Amino acid sequence: MTTNVLIKVTGLEKHFGKGENAVRALRGVDAEITQGEKLVVIGPSGSGKSTFLRCLNRLEEPTGGQIIFDGVDITSPSCDINHVRRRMGMVFQQFNLFPHKTVLQNITLAPVKHKLMTREQANARAMELLNRVGLVEKAAAYPSQLSGGQKQRIAIVRALAMNPEVMLFDEPTSALDPEMVGEVLQVMKDLAREGMTMVVVTHEMGFAREVSDRVMFMDEGRIVEQGTPGDIFVNPQNKRTQDFLSKLL
Amino acid sequence: MSEWFDGIKAQFILNFVEKSRWRYLLTGLFNTLKITFFAVLIGIALGTVIAIVRSTADRNLNAMRHGPGRTILSFFDKICRLYLTVVRGTPVVIQLMIFYYVIFASSRNSVLIAIISFGLNSAAYVAEVVRGGIMSVDIGQTEAGRSLGFNYVQTMWLIVVPQALKNVLPALANEFIVLLKETSVAGYVAIKDLTKGGDIIRGATYSPFMPLIAVALIYLVLVVFFSWLVGKLERRLRNSDH
Ligand SMILES: Nc1ncnc2c1ncn2[C@@H]1O[C@H](COP(=O)(O)OP(=O)(O)O)[C@@H](O)[C@H]1O
Ligand SMILES: [Mg+2]
Repeated sequence: MTTNVLIKVTGLEKHFGKGENAVRALRGVDAEITQGEKLVVIGPSGSGKSTFLRCLNRLEEPTGGQIIFDGVDITSPSCDINHVRRRMGMVFQQFNLFPHKTVLQNITLAPVKHKLMTREQANARAMELLNRVGLVEKAAAYPSQLSGGQKQRIAIVRALAMNPEVMLFDEPTSALDPEMVGEVLQVMKDLAREGMTMVVVTHEMGFAREVSDRVMFMDEGRIVEQGTPGDIFVNPQNKRTQDFLSKLL
Repeated sequence: MSEWFDGIKAQFILNFVEKSRWRYLLTGLFNTLKITFFAVLIGIALGTVIAIVRSTADRNLNAMRHGPGRTILSFFDKICRLYLTVVRGTPVVIQLMIFYYVIFASSRNSVLIAIISFGLNSAAYVAEVVRGGIMSVDIGQTEAGRSLGFNYVQTMWLIVVPQALKNVLPALANEFIVLLKETSVAGYVAIKDLTKGGDIIRGATYSPFMPLIAVALIYLVLVVFFSWLVGKLERRLRNSDH
């Protein structure tokens, strides 16, 4: 594995609101994500996991600190965040497929509008990706005609169609019926095996154990503990990590 | 009985058949539909732009950093608010006369002037409808668009606004019906619309009953017909999720 740092986060702060009542969702987070790494972020609800992930592509505007992506400071005002975002895929808990567009249109919209591909190239690439997730026959369907698991697989494909360098997942299986979790995790496992850099917020500890290189435990806006899945799941050092994991198991 | 019927018949002939007076109603109807149709188009186009500015400001002004972007947005938001206040706070017939006698005083293309002034008026009402439509689109749609690298305007145009317009399509179609009736004041500035057509006949025959009833019936038939279409459209939309 290479040790090139793809994303470097220093002193990341995010406050919602101002003054006395401000919620300090992130309180000085430092992290490095290397090329090809699979980082899983765990922690109790409200600990700042989503906020951390969403700061990485600036869906949330950081209040303080710095994020360097591939050598570029993406928190600086001169950075064109729209161009940076084309290189980072994001998958949401609620899928967020575009309901007024077909599956194929969902997937090809961005590559074609950004003029990264011709329509023919984008269609071909979309069909290839759909084939990989076993949903070729849904190309002409609308999102409302799909199951939750199918929607999330399409959402992953939509992000992949931009050929991103990193994929961000925010609880991708939390909104799914239990019987559909497996099919989405399988797509993510395949993606991991192909060497994609991945940051995954999840409560699927089985996935974390099997796939991740590193597990990061967050609480109250800070990284409390991190290490290999072996370290964190078998031998957690911090009391809060222990409590959190004992409640899950 | 037959005397009464003969009287009606004579009235009918006098008001509509003699000198082909029915033509006043036909050209009037044509002008009314023309003004309404194009005014609605202007209303939807401009109303959507205002709605985008207003909803963008509502959602983002508070959280935005100070800078040129914030200043520009705040400026356009204030202009839009002023526009809505003025247009909705004054009678449409006064607006029409201001356009006809003051702003376009040198032009005598009165139908075009009516299209513009009813369109600008309608935009103020459409804007609030479309703004509601935009706010009803899940914020996740915007986030998905932005995460794919689209800028704010592209995200609005490609993703949010199409869904918003679909959500409010019945209300927009209704705006057509409202405007159809509102344009009946066009005669104030010498436009030969449907109402004015009836007026002209009445002025020539000195018999108010027939022309007024005819005009009322034509409006009623149009409104009932278009309401039926809107109802059909609503049912269609309810049965399709995309
Ligand atoms: N848009 C927001 N406005 C105000 N507070 C927020 C917002 N988003 C998140 N928060 C707050 O920030 C904290 C961290 O939230 P989040 O990152 O969503 O946690 P997690 O994903 O770990 O459950 C919580 O206290 C939450 O209430
Ligand atoms: Mg979350």
